[in-house]
Order: sequence, then structure tokens, then C-alpha cells
Amino acid sequence: MANLTNLCLHEARDGLIKKSFSTRDLIIDHIDAMESSRNLNAFITETPELALKSADLSDKNFANQNNRPLEGIPLGIKDMFCTKDVLTTASSKMLSSFIPPYESTVTDNLWKKGAILLGKLNNDEFAMGSSNETSFFGPVINPWKKNDSTESLVPGGSSGGSAASVAAGVGVGSLGTDTGGSIRQPAAFTGTVGLKPTYGRCSRWGIIAFASSLDQAGPITRNVKDNAILLKNMCSHDSKDTTSSSKEIPDFESSVGKSIKGLKVGIPSEFIQDGMSEDIIEMWTKGKEWLKAAGAEIIDISLPNTKYALPCYYIIAPAEASSNLSRYDGVRFGHSVNSNDINEMYEKTRSEGFGDEVKRRIMIGTYVLSSGYYDAYYLKAQKVRSLISLDYSQAFNKVDVLLTPSTPNSAFNLNEKCDDPLSMYLNDVFTVPVNLAGLPAISIPSSKDKNGLPLGLQLIGKPFDEETLYSFANVIEESSNFKSLDNKWWLKDE
Amino acid sequence: MNNLLKGSTGDWEIVIGIEIHAQIISESKLFSGSSTIFGSEHNTQVSFVDAGMPGMLPVINSICVEQAVKTGLGLNAKINNFSIFDRKNYFYPDLPQGYQISQFDQPIVGEGKVLIDLEGNIEKEVRIERLHLEQDAGKSLHDQHPSYSFVDLNRSGVALMEIVSMPDMSSSEEAQAYVKKIRNIMKYLRTCDGNMDEGSLRADINVSVRKPGDDLGTRCEIKNVNSIKFIGQAIEYEAKRQIKLIEDGELIKQQTRLFDPKKGQTRSMRSKEEAHDYRYFPDPDLLPLTFTDEFVENIRKTLPELPDIRRRRFVDDFNLSPYDASILVSERETADYFEIASEGVNSKLVCNWIVGELFSFLNKVNKTIDQSPITPQNLGKLINLIDDGTITGRIAKDIFEIMTESGDDPISIVDSNNMRQVSDEGEIEKIIDSIIELNPDQVKALEDKPNLMGWFVGQVMKETQGRANPQKVNDILNSKLLK
Repeated sequence: MANLTNLCLHEARDGLIKKSFSTRDLIIDHIDAMESSRNLNAFITETPELALKSADLSDKNFANQNNRPLEGIPLGIKDMFCTKDVLTTASSKMLSSFIPPYESTVTDNLWKKGAILLGKLNNDEFAMGSSNETSFFGPVINPWKKNDSTESLVPGGSSGGSAASVAAGVGVGSLGTDTGGSIRQPAAFTGTVGLKPTYGRCSRWGIIAFASSLDQAGPITRNVKDNAILLKNMCSHDSKDTTSSSKEIPDFESSVGKSIKGLKVGIPSEFIQDGMSEDIIEMWTKGKEWLKAAGAEIIDISLPNTKYALPCYYIIAPAEASSNLSRYDGVRFGHSVNSNDINEMYEKTRSEGFGDEVKRRIMIGTYVLSSGYYDAYYLKAQKVRSLISLDYSQAFNKVDVLLTPSTPNSAFNLNEKCDDPLSMYLNDVFTVPVNLAGLPAISIPSSKDKNGLPLGLQLIGKPFDEETLYSFANVIEESSNFKSLDNKWWLKDE
Repeated sequence: MNNLLKGSTGDWEIVIGIEIHAQIISESKLFSGSSTIFGSEHNTQVSFVDAGMPGMLPVINSICVEQAVKTGLGLNAKINNFSIFDRKNYFYPDLPQGYQISQFDQPIVGEGKVLIDLEGNIEKEVRIERLHLEQDAGKSLHDQHPSYSFVDLNRSGVALMEIVSMPDMSSSEEAQAYVKKIRNIMKYLRTCDGNMDEGSLRADINVSVRKPGDDLGTRCEIKNVNSIKFIGQAIEYEAKRQIKLIEDGELIKQQTRLFDPKKGQTRSMRSKEEAHDYRYFPDPDLLPLTFTDEFVENIRKTLPELPDIRRRRFVDDFNLSPYDASILVSERETADYFEIASEGVNSKLVCNWIVGELFSFLNKVNKTIDQSPITPQNLGKLINLIDDGTITGRIAKDIFEIMTESGDDPISIVDSNNMRQVSDEGEIEKIIDSIIELNPDQVKALEDKPNLMGWFVGQVMKETQGRANPQKVNDILNSKLLK
């Protein structure tokens, strides 16, 4: 029998239903792949025993024809999701031994639908980063390399482990979180499909908070159809999260393959950046042509406040983070340094427990909220945020989706931008406005750059219209003929 | 009204504003389902939300919102159909999230006003600036271990209303009357039990002084004063301290101070420079709090009769003096007691008995009126017995005392102890005749000293164990001895 990790989510699902193989077979192959991919450092915690136990239950359910929609499907989960009785670290020293006594709503939904946890995935510390290099557990390595190069590349971030594991064929899909691009940017860097749902589509309950008004959970998968299947099973209205939506959850899978004929695609002129590479421009042009060929109408539109999105984001997100991370004080859980003085206890606990990037953002956030600066920074940023949202709602009066590149560049070298936070932050320039406006967006692998590295196109949709995104994404997927990774170099390295 | 304080340089005016923190009566906390029962075992009423665990989110408890709106209506205040929850950020071990969820510039209740009741039956209006909802913190226990402090999170997340007054009060009496009035209104509304001992009601007092007519002086805030008595003492002390400082040529520094009840003094807790920068910002975990006018109107329909209106009714319907009525309504329980006791009974007498005998008894045994061993029904019966001549006023006091011990029905006490009034004129006459016969000297002395009549009355009462009808005794004695 061929290695079952070659099957994508819906193939695995169909194979299990047809009893072509057992859940146990599928899970064993994925556990093997997980264990032999440790060079990528994608997982912080592996849960093979739990996975095998769940596999046996799934096989029983198949035998009794009690199988649920995701029965037996192996998934990796970003370490920002609290998983009951399984170490959950946020990739921080602060929570390096934290075992939650509760399960996040989103993962709970998945387990109830029969999915199986393979392990917890590495990410940037508290999801703050765009390269997965801020993790206390070390960087994740991108399974992709430049043509004829052995240099290690970053997988993007913060959901670097989620994207790298799916690209490497470990698990058929994974969960990430996206606050400013943390699903879409790594998806673009690893040739995977990553969706950030509309704010409120997925419950945030049980997800370790970074910036509450921006955070949203989403799926990373090998293809568009898988993505739609995973999303459908993640989201729910949750009375434990006031910001979660009670809108009906459609069958996203049925949107995949639906015609886009007559629909309108907006091309925001502000996303054309100085010094954008030929590869990116070419991909964008091809994207427009594919959609046009499928019957969509291409319209140039303007989102005039785009240039303020990044500064606005880097005020609002750190402001919320500085407050959200106050609970890590060494008193009740997590890393703690004893002292005879309460302030010294806080200082030592937090100095040791947090890494540099987290500290930087706590400092920025504390500053922009402090008395005398609040109006000039935080309040102004909130006003700008409203203007950005307005740009989008006006654009969506004219078009059904927007098409942009997902990132301004392909994956970069490990350590390349570590000491240059500003250039790191610029990686989020195309993704951040979407979070500020609370919209859904998806990154689809669309072409490769001159070095053979994947590039992604981003589709941005109307609020709660993930369905149209999936229809469009499917057109791009079918047109691009993107070839996924075939050289599994990391296995040989073992 | 003259509330001025004398200093060495002349008269001073005190300016007082008060922030009341009132714990809302609700079975569960403001943003979690945990119970709010006071006095439970440490850290047993704590959910993951209350403990600030990673990934936990607050969900507003609608009961607490109703209670805040109800209180706002009771304070004649503007209800804001749109309000915002903000985070007040600071670090302390009993604050698990590292921030308190509160309301900053868009509170649930806006401006209102209350009438406070002052001595001499004077009323004064005090304006309310706002009322907002917020979470309480946990409790730090510093006296449990020689080198550690402990934290009890049972109170963490319990719903509070902060009621902020305008600086409209100018004496400790007014401040006390204000807190009493707010407490009373909330007790009428059943939105806060007003129990200051258990900390369900605490007050922060802002005090400043100025020469009459001058601009407002620099204020000091006295934090967490937890009894009406201490409020008075703290203000008296603080005003005098400030006057002395100014008259000694010093400046008042804006400060947060604590009242030490043992010394009767306030002392500095932190200066303005040391004040926290709370970095308020809207809580992104919570949507703005909105409700319809209909929601407010439905709550308005459930409002009970409030003390001011009840007092007016007591004056009109029961013919009480405004003073008596205001004493009765100053505690909801007392007013309720009065209304039950006076059903079909002489209400003026009921009022006198409550304010007199009952209050002094309750005071002596340190009980509240709802813990009284004498039910209002029984007090009513007792008064009817006096009113219809079954017992004398003197005997009534004896029966009252028996009732405080046994809680028995006064009618059965009268019957089993043969305490009925003797009104039969023949019987009284017989007794008087024998007294006259046995005391010829006294009868003679009476001719010069009419005051001696009291002695004869006393003898009759002694003979009848106080049961003789006093009016009849007087009449018969007069007819026999004053010829």
C-alpha cells in the first residue's frame, strides 16, 4: 500500500468511508511522517498515543456506521489553541509547562466531528511574528528550498508550524490563527491554502489571545476543497464568545467548483507597491487572466487608506496584546520567579518568561495606551481603522471579491530579518488591512518565483461570504496548475 | 444652611463628593457563571474566566445589566441605551486578568439626582454624575502566613455598581445622609443588600476645603470607607487636617488616603505622582452594551415604591408626621414592618411603639427589625389590646417584654396571666373604699396637699397589679376625696 500521507483531506475521508484502509493505517502513516519530519521543528508536542486511541474509536464508528463528518481525519493544531490535558505553550517560555484543563471551542468542534489530534504545532511566540523565529522552541524550517540551494528558509508566521506540516504532508490539514496575516502569509510561503474567516465566524473561546479584535482561527490545507470542509466543521455560534456570529453556517464545500461567471473582481491599485518583484506582478496578472477566462469581470478599484493599515495595525494589535498578556504574572499559572517583593516578582517573571518580540509589542502597546498618548495613537488608529473598513465596504458595493498578492515576497532565509523588525512587519502589508476590516480572505498557491519558491494570491471577500471566496479560489487552483513539493529532503537528513 | 468650619483665619467650607461601590444582588458574577455567595470557602467560587486563564472570554450577565438600569431609574437618572466596557489596566495578585473590566467614558447610567434627608426635616438635592458597571477584584489575605500573602478569588468578577456623586455635599452629616439614602434606595430596589460589614457597599470620599465663594480646593480621596460612622469621622478628620495645613501656609497635595478607624485618622496611601496610569481602552472581548427603550420601560414597571414616595403616602394615608414617616421609611424593612403591623390598627400608636419600644429593644440586643422576635402582626394585636381598653398601657409594656422573649401572641399572654384591664366601677370603688378606710391620715393630709392624689392612684394600681383603668380610678378618687 502506498503511503497514506499522500492523500489529501477529502481523499482520506473518502478512502476511509469506502474502507480502502483503516483509520489506524492512516494515523500510523501520519505519525511516522511526523516523527521523521522532526528536522522541520513543526511540532512542539506530538500526541501519537492519543491519536492511535482515537483511531481505534474511529474504526469502531466506521464499523458500526456511526462515522461522523471528519471521522479519522488527522490534524495538527497550532499551539495557540488550548487543548484539554495536552501541553499548550503559545510557543512561549511563559507557558512552557501549561496544561489547560479545558478545550477550545474550535478544536472541540473538530473532535466532536471525529477529527484526530496528531500534535501541537509550533508558532511565533504568542503568535507575534512573521517568520516563526520568535518561538521559544526554536524556528520552524520551511520544507521548500530555493532551486539548487541548501539554505534554510522560514515558513512564514506566525502559523509557521501549521503551514510547514501541511506542506510536508504531515497531517491532512491544520489549524492556524490569523491576527494580521498569520495564516495567509505562511500558507503563501509554503504552497498551501490558508483561509482567515470573517471575524466572528469561529469562536475565540479557548484560543490564547493576542489581539482580541483581530484574532481569528482558520484552516490550512493542501487544496481549496479540503479547506472548505475543515472550515465547515470548525465554526459554530458560541455563547461563550460574545463576538462570535450567530449567522447560519453554509456548506462551504458545495461552493467549490461553482461558476464565477458574471461576478466582479476588484483590483485595488494601492496594493501595487514600489519595488514589487516581477514574479509577484506576473502572478497577479496571470490571476486576473484566469478569473477573466472563467467569466468574471475585472474592475480597477481604490482603497485609499491602505497605506495607513500597517501603522494602524501596529498600534491596535500591540495595545490589545499589552493588556491581554497582563495575566501572565506568575501568580496562578505559567512561568514564575519567586521574590520577596511583588514588583520584583512581576519583573523577573515577565522578563524571563517573554521573548524579545513579545516584550517589544507589550512596550509599544503600553506606550500607545498611556495617558497623554492615547488620543494621538490608539484613538487615532481606531478612527483610521473605521476608514479602512469603510474603504472595503464601499469597494464591495462594486465588486464581489478583491484579488491581491498574499505577500510582497516569497519565503526568506532563516535569520535574514530577525534583527530588523520593521522589514519583518512589512511582510504583512497585504494581509493586515483584511484583519482591520474583519473580512474573510484566502491565500491560494498560484505560481513559483524565479527560485522555484511558492507564491500566493489573496482573495478578499465580503463579510461572511467565504463561499464566494472558495468558488474563486477553486478557479485559481485549477488554472494555476501549481505543483506541490516533491523533494522530501528533510526525511533523508534524519 | 450653615455648615462652615471655623479655622484660625476664618470660616471654611467643606466640599464632598462620593463614589459608592455597591455589590449587585445577583446569583452569578458580572462576566461568568460563578456563584457570588459571600463567606464560601476560599477559592471555591472561581471559574476559569474569574481566574484569568488563557483564552477565557467574558460574557455579560443580563441580570446585572437589569439591576444597574433599575438602580439608575431609582436615582432618577438618564439610562444610556448604548454603553461601553473598558479595561482598567494594573497589576495586583488579586486581579487575575491584569485588568478590571469597567466603564470609562460611556457608562450605562448618566446624570441623576437624589434627595437626602437632614435633621430638622430638611431635604437637600445631591446630583449624581453617573453609575457604571464593573468587576470586583479578588481579596488579598496578608494575615495568614508569616512570609506569604494569599489570594482568594471568590470575589473576583463579582458585579459592582460605581455610583459617582457631584461634589454637592458640605458636611459629614450630609455625606452620611447621602450614603444612607443611596443604600436605602438600593435596598428598596433589591439591587444591593447595602451590607457594609461584608463589603457589599464601600465608599470613596473626595474631600476638599475652601473659603466660601472661592474656587474648588485640591481634593484628597479617602478610599474604601466601610461604615456610615467612619464616613463621618474620616471627613471630620480630613477637613480639619486640610484646613490646618493651609492655615500653616502649606499646599494640599492631591492624594489617595486611607482611614484608620482605630486612630480615627486618615493617612496617605499614594500621591498623585505615584498614581497608576490605568491605560483605559474599550475591551475588545465585549461588544458595546445596547438595549431598547422597551427593555428600560419593562424594568420601570417593576420598580417598587421608593422611600420618598412612600413617606408622602405615610403622611397622607396614616396621618403621620413627616418626621415619623421619614424614620419609618429610612429602612425598607422598617416601613414594611410598619405597614403589616398597622393593618386595622391605630397607625399612630404603631409608629410610636416601633420608634420607641421596639427600636430601643432591637438596639439593646443588636438585632435588625427583620430579626425581631415580635412579628409585626403580634405588635399590631398588642396595640389593638391597648386601643380597645383590654389592657392598660402599663401592662402593655410588661406584655411587650414577654413577647421579646417568647415571641408569643399577646392575646394568649393576656389570657394566661390574667392581665385584662379592670374597668368595672363597682370593683374599683370597693378597692378605693378600703384604701380610704385604712389610711385616714393620708386622707386628711390631702386637704392641704392635693398632690397626694398620686399616692392614692399608686395604691389602687398596686392593689390591681396595674390592671385598673386609670381614667376610672381618677374619676372615682376625685368624686370621693375632692368634695
